[in-house]
Order: sequence, then structure tokens, then C-alpha cells
Amino acid sequence: MKLISYVILGAGPAGVTAAETIRSLDKNGTITMIGGDPEPPYSRMAIPYLLHGSVKEQGTYLRQAPKHYEALNINYRHGKAGGIDTKSKQLFLANGDVVLYDKLLIATGASPIIPKVPGTQLPGVHSCWTLSDAREILKLADKGAPVVLVGAGFIGSIVLEALHQRGCDLTVVEVAPRMVARMMDETAGGMLGRWCTAKGVHVLTGTKVEKISEAAGANGATLSVGLSNGTSVPAKLVVLAAGVRSNTGFLVGSGINVNYGIHVDNTLQTSAPDVYAAGDCCEAIDISTGKPDMLAIQPVAVEHGRLAGMNMAGKVTPHRGSLNMNVLDTLGLISSSFGLWQGAPGGDQSKMIDEEKFKYLKLEFLGDKMVGAQCVGLTDHVGMLRGLIQTGLHLGVWKERLMESPERLREAYVEVSQGTAARGAHVNAPVAKVA
Amino acid sequence: MLKALVIDPGKCTGCKQCEMACSYENELEFNVSKSRIRVFDFHEQGKMVPYTCTQCAEAWCQQACPVNAITTDAASGVKIVHENLCVGCKVCTIACPFGTINYNASTGKVIKCDLCQGSPACAEACPTAAITYQDVEQAGFDKMKMWAAKSGAASESHGANAPVAKH
Amino acid sequence: MGWTGKILRINLTNRTVKSEPTNKDWALKYLGQRGLATKYLVEEVDAKVDPLGPDNKLIMATGPLTGTAASTGGRYSVITKGPLTNAIACSNSGGYFGAEMKFAGWDMVIMEGKASSPVYVTIFDDKAEIHDAKDIWGTSIWHADEWIKKRHQDPMIHVAGIGIAGEKLVLYSAVVNDLHRAAGRSGVGAVMGSKNLKAVAVRGTGGVKVRDGKAFLAATAAGKKVLQGNGVTGAGLPTYGTQVLMNVINEAGAMPTRNSRDVQFEGAHDISAEAMATPRKTDGKPNLLTNQACFGCTIACGRISKIDETHFTIKNKPEYWKASGGLEYEAAWALGSNTGVKDLDALTYVNFICNEQALDPISFGATVSAAMELYEIGVLTKEMTGGIELKFGSAEALVKCVELTGKGEGFGKELGLGSARLTAKYGHPELSMASKGQEFPAYDGRGIQGIGLAYATSNRGGCHLRGYTISSEIFGIPEKTDPLTTVGKPALVKAFQDATAAVDSSGVCVFTTFAWTLNDIAPQLDAAIEGGWTADKLVELGERIWNMERQFNNRAGFTAKDDSLPPRFLKEAAKTGPATGKVSGLETMLPEYYALRGWTKDGVPTNETVSRLGL
Repeated sequence: MKLISYVILGAGPAGVTAAETIRSLDKNGTITMIGGDPEPPYSRMAIPYLLHGSVKEQGTYLRQAPKHYEALNINYRHGKAGGIDTKSKQLFLANGDVVLYDKLLIATGASPIIPKVPGTQLPGVHSCWTLSDAREILKLADKGAPVVLVGAGFIGSIVLEALHQRGCDLTVVEVAPRMVARMMDETAGGMLGRWCTAKGVHVLTGTKVEKISEAAGANGATLSVGLSNGTSVPAKLVVLAAGVRSNTGFLVGSGINVNYGIHVDNTLQTSAPDVYAAGDCCEAIDISTGKPDMLAIQPVAVEHGRLAGMNMAGKVTPHRGSLNMNVLDTLGLISSSFGLWQGAPGGDQSKMIDEEKFKYLKLEFLGDKMVGAQCVGLTDHVGMLRGLIQTGLHLGVWKERLMESPERLREAYVEVSQGTAARGAHVNAPVAKVA
Repeated sequence: MLKALVIDPGKCTGCKQCEMACSYENELEFNVSKSRIRVFDFHEQGKMVPYTCTQCAEAWCQQACPVNAITTDAASGVKIVHENLCVGCKVCTIACPFGTINYNASTGKVIKCDLCQGSPACAEACPTAAITYQDVEQAGFDKMKMWAAKSGAASESHGANAPVAKH
Repeated sequence: MGWTGKILRINLTNRTVKSEPTNKDWALKYLGQRGLATKYLVEEVDAKVDPLGPDNKLIMATGPLTGTAASTGGRYSVITKGPLTNAIACSNSGGYFGAEMKFAGWDMVIMEGKASSPVYVTIFDDKAEIHDAKDIWGTSIWHADEWIKKRHQDPMIHVAGIGIAGEKLVLYSAVVNDLHRAAGRSGVGAVMGSKNLKAVAVRGTGGVKVRDGKAFLAATAAGKKVLQGNGVTGAGLPTYGTQVLMNVINEAGAMPTRNSRDVQFEGAHDISAEAMATPRKTDGKPNLLTNQACFGCTIACGRISKIDETHFTIKNKPEYWKASGGLEYEAAWALGSNTGVKDLDALTYVNFICNEQALDPISFGATVSAAMELYEIGVLTKEMTGGIELKFGSAEALVKCVELTGKGEGFGKELGLGSARLTAKYGHPELSMASKGQEFPAYDGRGIQGIGLAYATSNRGGCHLRGYTISSEIFGIPEKTDPLTTVGKPALVKAFQDATAAVDSSGVCVFTTFAWTLNDIAPQLDAAIEGGWTADKLVELGERIWNMERQFNNRAGFTAKDDSLPPRFLKEAAKTGPATGKVSGLETMLPEYYALRGWTKDGVPTNETVSRLGL
């Protein structure tokens, strides 16, 4: 029997998970995983923790065993994608190499969006996306250094935490009217803003960066960041965190359908046979809407990678959709959102708010199912929200109870999920332990 | 042979000895708020339900971890959090649909049931055998695991989890 | 270690809260809970204080084992001067409230003064706050409990508080926590009500540490094993609850019936543990749904019951169709045998209302039974009862009485006085089955001689839980004594009283003593705290506490003549059963008891006793 040649383009969570999944199902095929970065496969999510020093570079690696890929007979090599010929099943790398494949996974991830303002190419202006970015940031982000962070979305807010912990004099500039506007509502975003302000971060929402220019200033500042409010802020370091977009440029002309991300079917196969896509570069089903969307988060990348791997190895497994969700620690205030946190048309919502204690819980329902949730300042058993939303369990009587008392969601979850059959009358006496 | 915690809520009296044993084992103090097992009290029905991690085979927490800080112990099947590797990102806490891996603000890491390295203190402390530690085969039908499977993998194409809202 | 070392002092007059260190010397000498809180009370409050005045204080106190893995280690007590008795009051409760208070970081909470308008207090870890209670004043504790959890958005809050009865100063109103666990006796709820304090809500996320963890785990595990292996704590109580006693006591001829006119109840079986577990004819389901433990308890004697939804008491009241705390023996007796009512679901409903409005079912049932006797002899009339036909055996009358008393309305106001004041008001004080103003529980001092002495000498008035000689006289624990003899009973009563005072100060439940002796408890305490605790030291502690309480009562005006039983026990012989022809031998036991106690013949601790105990 001919050995199948699997090629995985990308070595992020989706790529690595796919490679491992394929290997678990096909012991003999050749697996080549091509990464764009020089380091072993690592997690971008872990970079903020590298910045605040809680891990070293190795701590960001996706797999910790030193010979992990060799042990699984996964050939890990470096290279950047140049193009694909889906008819001849050839992958062209930027350096001119040609790689033949039987099954190809595109898991090229996403790249940071660089705002279209003058000065983003200046020294001292960096994204926070790769280990190489992190090294540059570490050189500049010392205690007391004036730092401007552009963007207070999900990624920006994680970076914010790291920079604050390093003791930087931090100004965060966000064009939206609140922090994490694509993850949570005004109430939650407002709490985060107040919290960060109280911790000494200058939070400027509803504000645009108009240009970055060179200008020496106090505390090592070499840059000046001009803002839409007419002021300018000195900076030694400017970190850009204004969102990401899928890496699909190399597919132009390949015939593979691309929207914001790569189109895939419910087996994560692209419009080209034997070419699959997973992770940030693709648009797969969002379970909440039933429609394709780019959900650029780690757990979704892993889910995609696992499913794509199964389908590539011949174990046909349809994807029923992934759940959008995020968790964020902003200087100790922990928030999370799930699914249709902004609510469903025709749905109901219940909320508890304690502005003083920075606590917020909002649940979104459609009929007697939970479809979305957001919380601030609550971490206990928070995964149950995913459980309720993703399984779409009927809440029955608990719907009304949660409408009245959303804080009882743990009880609701346990009873709804663990079965509620009333038990027969009986008593329980202590029993001797069997030795 | 794999062993598992088998929970029979019908035998629970709500005494919380399990929560105390768990917190003492892990925190060296009696602190039910830090217990990895939690007893839920449905008093209007006279029903108490102990609840903790089922060590699911394809563990959501483990898969979601960006830095490989959660691994499976080959012998016991237990999902273990390695504190030295955990960066405290909390992704596992939202990824686990059972809510049984939780953030511990005092350490900045996550905590979950690790079956006490093979002799779970909760089972030992349970006076009525509502919580037992048994060979998986002997335990037979385990409701929590069944549910884990049902609600489980995003790979399942049918079941409870059809898309719920169309825009 | 064991103790949190912190006391929360809340002044309701000034609306201030403050934390202070627990007095370590006192803790080493009085342990915790009953002992330590009583020490604080007697030091801070004039014994002659008006129990319902602002100068009385109300202390909620945990013990060193509260909130630990010691079996039953979830107890707390409410200590104050009691309005029913004008004596020291100390009522002990289980559930989860006590442990939660400990986890919040407090050995005790001391309430002082009186709020100018209704308030409730929240204690969330180290943060205590006083809140306006206007939205829950005038509602039951069941309602207030739910409201507070909702208002503060945390279902894991535990609440202790009063119903309408406590607000209306019903003299035997209780403090109920976790919906159906009660610091039941002596009117501690009325003291709370007198302070305009509706409830205390606690939530704790801290931990309790012990002195020597390894020794503690070993000692508590050994203790649990003893409880598990004992017939009463390992089988009888979990299976039948305290209702295990109903048939036993009835057969012993010591079941006070119809205001103690009889000592056996023909309907005992209908309201027994066995009846609770038997499917009803009406709906095929038993009254008893399951048993439930209090915090840390490996016995689990608590009853969870459900009333038949078609029963006359709740037919149109779906709010009572849910499961809740069912009948314990004392309640089944007080509401049942003592009133002659044998309708199990009716008794369960009355018990629900006692919990919901926070009434002591013993004093309530005994007061109704005294009123029934007044009615039967024509002193009370239908006009005076507001139309209630107050006859022995009438479930309808009993139900009406609890609904009125729970809300302090109509004839319920009279019933709310308690049997002593009610019967005195109508010129028949001899019909109150009480000592020091507090009604006796479910054992007749004629059929069980020791318990009669225990009632008469109890520091909080008529009570079984100050010295439960039933253990010895009926169950033979630790050794069997003849219930019908007075011989040896003074020493037995003293031993039980002292041991119980120690147990009540430790944080564990007195029911453990069906299986445990102080030799089982001492190692658990000793591993938890410093102080070198031994069984002997606990006996001495118990005696010290007993004498401290006695001195308080003496200062409050109690004398030897208050160590008494009603004439019915002393003069009217038991008519049936093993005790036929017997009256209480109190007069022969009391002098011996005083001598053993080291008291003068007037019942005052001698100087020698006082100094021996370091008082």
C-alpha cells in the first residue's frame, strides 16, 4: 500500500494538533510540518507571559518533550508558503523548494494588522505576535519606560497586563468606545476600563492613533504618538495590537476559495480536493450562528486541527461548529465571554451587576437554551457556561430561575447536565470502609 | 487497570467531608472553597450532588492548554496540571465544559482534581460510599462519563448541539 | 489554629462593626462556643439585664472544631440572656452556617445594642456590613433567606435569622439557619427581634488550620470509625433520625401526653419513624424523602420530608409542596403526643411553619398543650381563642395555632407568651409543664427519674440537652441505669451536664456522645488547638462552664426554689406503663446533687468550688 504523504503548512496549535492526530490514526504515512518561524512550534498565547517573566522562551513551546516531533516521526522543517498547485498537488515554498503532498493542511494562522498611519515602520514600534517581536519588546519595555499600546481588544488587553507587570508607564489607545469591544458589552468593558485606570494605566478609548514620529523625550522616549484627540504621548515603545487577519495571501491564483479566511466545508476541506484548512487562517462554522466565521482563538485552532487531522487520515468526522469564547486577566480582573454574548434576536437575558465589586454576569437565552454569556470577576466553575451553551441542553425550570438569579448557574448546570430524576425515598447510613 | 471516581448522588448526605478532605490534601487547611470536589445541594428536592472532574479521555483542558502544562498520566489516565509550566492563561477554565478546572488566584495557576496520586481523599472521607474509587470496568455505567461523551467532542455532528440561532 | 483568633463586634445602636482578637487566655480556659461565649456574656452583661432590652447582647459562637473534618464539626451556638426564662440562654445549631462563619474568619460575632430600624448583617469574609431590612421585615426566614441570597447574588451565602415570630417577640422564637436548622430554645430569636436584627448572612472563603494535621486526621478518622460502628450513630440515627425514640420512650412509659396528664400516647406509632418511612395511603409516597447531614456530620440524622400535596394543610399552598426539614423526635412529640394529634402530615406542616417562622416547636407544642388543657377545663373559651376549638387531638386547631403564633397574630399572641406566662395569666400556673419558665421536652420525669432532675437543674430551664441522661437510663450509654430509680441519679446528671457543656464548647454535636466519650473528643481537640486537652481537662472545663452559668443565673435572681418541677410531676402519679404509680423523686435527688456540685443547700456554688474551678 502506498504511503500517504501529509503536509502541514504551519506549526501553530492547529498544525501541531493535526500532525499528532494524523499520526495517531496513520502510523506509516509521512508527515511534514512546515513552520514559518525559526523556533520549535510555540504558542503565541504564551508570549505575554514571557514578557512578564513568568516563563522563559521554552515555556512558550507547544510541546515540552525535547524530541516530541521526532518521536512521532513528524518531520518539522522551516519555510514560508509561496503558492499551491492543487492539480499537481505541489506546494511551493518562498525559497523555491517544492513539496509534494497527497493531503495538505493549511494552518498558516493570522498576522497582526498594522494600522495605516505614518510611522509604524519606525524603530521602537512592534507588534506582539512572534517570539522575535517579544525579544524586541523586552529590550525596550523596562520599568518606568513610557509605552503606548495601540489596541485594547482581546490581544491588546493580554499584552497590557504583561506591560503593566513590567512596570511600564502605560498608555493604551483604543479606537472603540470601550475595551474588549468585540468580546464584551459596555458594562463589562467599562468595568475593565475603570479597573485599569485605577491601577495606573492611562486608558484612552474612542481615540485613534494618527501618526507616530521620532521625538526624544523623558524616560528614554524616542517616539511621539499623535492622537485623534489632538494630544501626543511620548513613547520609548509602541506596541501594535489592532487585530489580526488570516494569512491567505499565498493562495491568490490557487483557485482555493477565500473570503476573510479560507472557505472550508464541514470536514474542514477547502474548495480544492485534499486540501484542508484549520485555525486562524480559515472560516469554519461558528456553532452559535451556524455560519462560517474566523474564530481566532487557541481552543478553536486545536479543535480544527484535530478534526482536520482525522478527516485527512480518512476518519471522516464532520465539524458541527466551534464556540467563540475568550478569557482575559486584566491586571487581576478576570473576565470571559462565550457564544452569543451580545444576545440572540428574540432571546432573553438576565444579568447581575455589582459595579463596586467589579462583578458582572450576563446570560443570554433563546427559548430555554443558553446561547451566550459574559462575566467579569467570576472564575469559579466558569467552564460550565461553555458546557451549557455548547450542548444546548434544555434548561426547563432552570430557565426561569436563572432569569431571576443568574448567579445560580452552577446549580442549573449540575442539575440539567447530571440528570434530575427524582430519586426514591431512602436514607443513607455510614458504611464501613473496605480495606 | 484504570480506576475512576464513581459518584452516586443518591447516597450523598451533604456532609461535605469530601470537600474538607480534598482541601486538606491539596491546601493543608480545611477550606471548602478551594476543594476540587463540590457538593451541590438541591434542598427543595432533598438531593445532594457531589461533582468533580471525570478525567475525560480527550480532555478539553489538556487540548486547550497552549503550553502543554496539562498531561495525562499514562498509568492512571489522570490529567495533571504541571504548575511549573502553567502560565495562568485560564484558557482551560473556559474550555472545560464541565467547569472542573479552576483558577486559583492565590497561586496564579489552575487547579483540578488529580485523584490525589491514586488514593483520592474524597472517596476515603465519604461516609456513605457516595464517592468511591473503583476499577473502571467494575464501575460499569458511569453517568458523568457518558455525559462527557455525549456533550463531548466538537466532532460530533449530531446530538444536542445543533446551531441554535441564525442571524 | 482551630480558633481563628478573631471576634466580630457589631454595635447595632451605633451601626459600627469592629474586629478584635479573641481573648486567648479565656479561649484556653473556656474553649469556644458555649463556654467561651458565655464567659464573654457574663463579663459584659449585667445578669439583671432586660433580655429584650438594648443592653442584652447576642453572641453567635463557633467552637475550635467547627469548620474542620471532625465529624459533626459544623456547630455554632447562640448565647444571650433568654427572654423565656430570664436565665442564661445557649442554643446550639447545625446546618452549614457555623462552618461558614468560621471560614469567614470569625470565632464569634457579638451583637450589641438595638438598631433604630430593622436591619440585617452581612459577613463576607472579613467584611461585615449592616443593611436596611425593610424589604424582609415582616416576612418569614425562608423568604428572607432567599431574598438575601438573591440580593447579594450569591447562592452560597448561609443565613441565620428570625421569622415574623421573632420580630413580634414570641418568647420562644428561634434563630433558624439553612432553612431548617435551629438554635431553637429559650427565645434567642426574640432577642434578635428585640434588636431589630432580622438576619445574619455569612460567606467565607478562608480555611481553618489545625495544630497538628497528621494527628488531627488520625484522631478524626478514629472518631468517625467509632460513630460508624455504633448502633445508634451508625444505624439508628441515620435510618430513623431522633424519631428512633418515639416507640422506645412510649414503651418506657415516659412519653408526656396531653400536657403530661398521661405518660403513653396511643397514637405514638402513627407519628413514629416507621410511620414516616411507610408509604401513605393517599398518594403512595412516604413522608420521609431522605436523610441529610449537617456540615461535617457522618451520622446524618436530619430528616427531609415531603407532605402529601392533597393534605388539608397544604392543598392550595404549592409553596409547601417542596421537601424540607421533617420531624425530629422532640418536634413529633411536642406537636403530636403532647397535643394528642396523630396526623403525621399535619405535624410535618406545623414543623415546616415552626422552621419558616422560626419557632421552637417544643415550647410551642407544650404551650398549645397547656392551652388545650385550659380550654378543656373551661378556662379558655372559643371566644377567647378566636374561634379555635382547642381540643386535644385536633390537628385543625394545632395548625391554626401555629399559623397565628408564627405571625404573632390573634390568639397566637397569647400562645407566644409560653406556657408559664399563659397559664399564670389565667390563674393556673400549675398547668405549665416547665422549669424556670421553659417547657420540658419529650421525656417524662416520672418514668425517667434522672431526666427530671436534669430538667429542674438545667441552667437554661427545662431541657434535655443540658444533661441527656436518657442515654444511660434508656440506651445504657455509657452504662445502663434504672430509669425508675433516683439512686445514683444526682451523680449521673452532674456527669452528663459537665460533659455536655464541654461538648457544646468544642464545635461538635452532642449526638456524637451516643458513641463518643470525652476520650474520643479530647484527641481531636488536642490535635486542633494548643492547650493540652484531655478527657479530664474537658470534665473540669464542663464543670467550670456549668458553675459560671449557675452564677449568672444566681445573680439574675434564681434561687434553689427555681430548681423545681411542676406539681403534676411531683404529685400526680403516672397512670400507665412501667412507671405506673410513680412521681418524680426530685426532693430526694436535689440535696445530693447540690452536695456533689459543691453548692450550698440554697444552690449557690461555695467559695471553695468557685476557687477550685478558677472562676
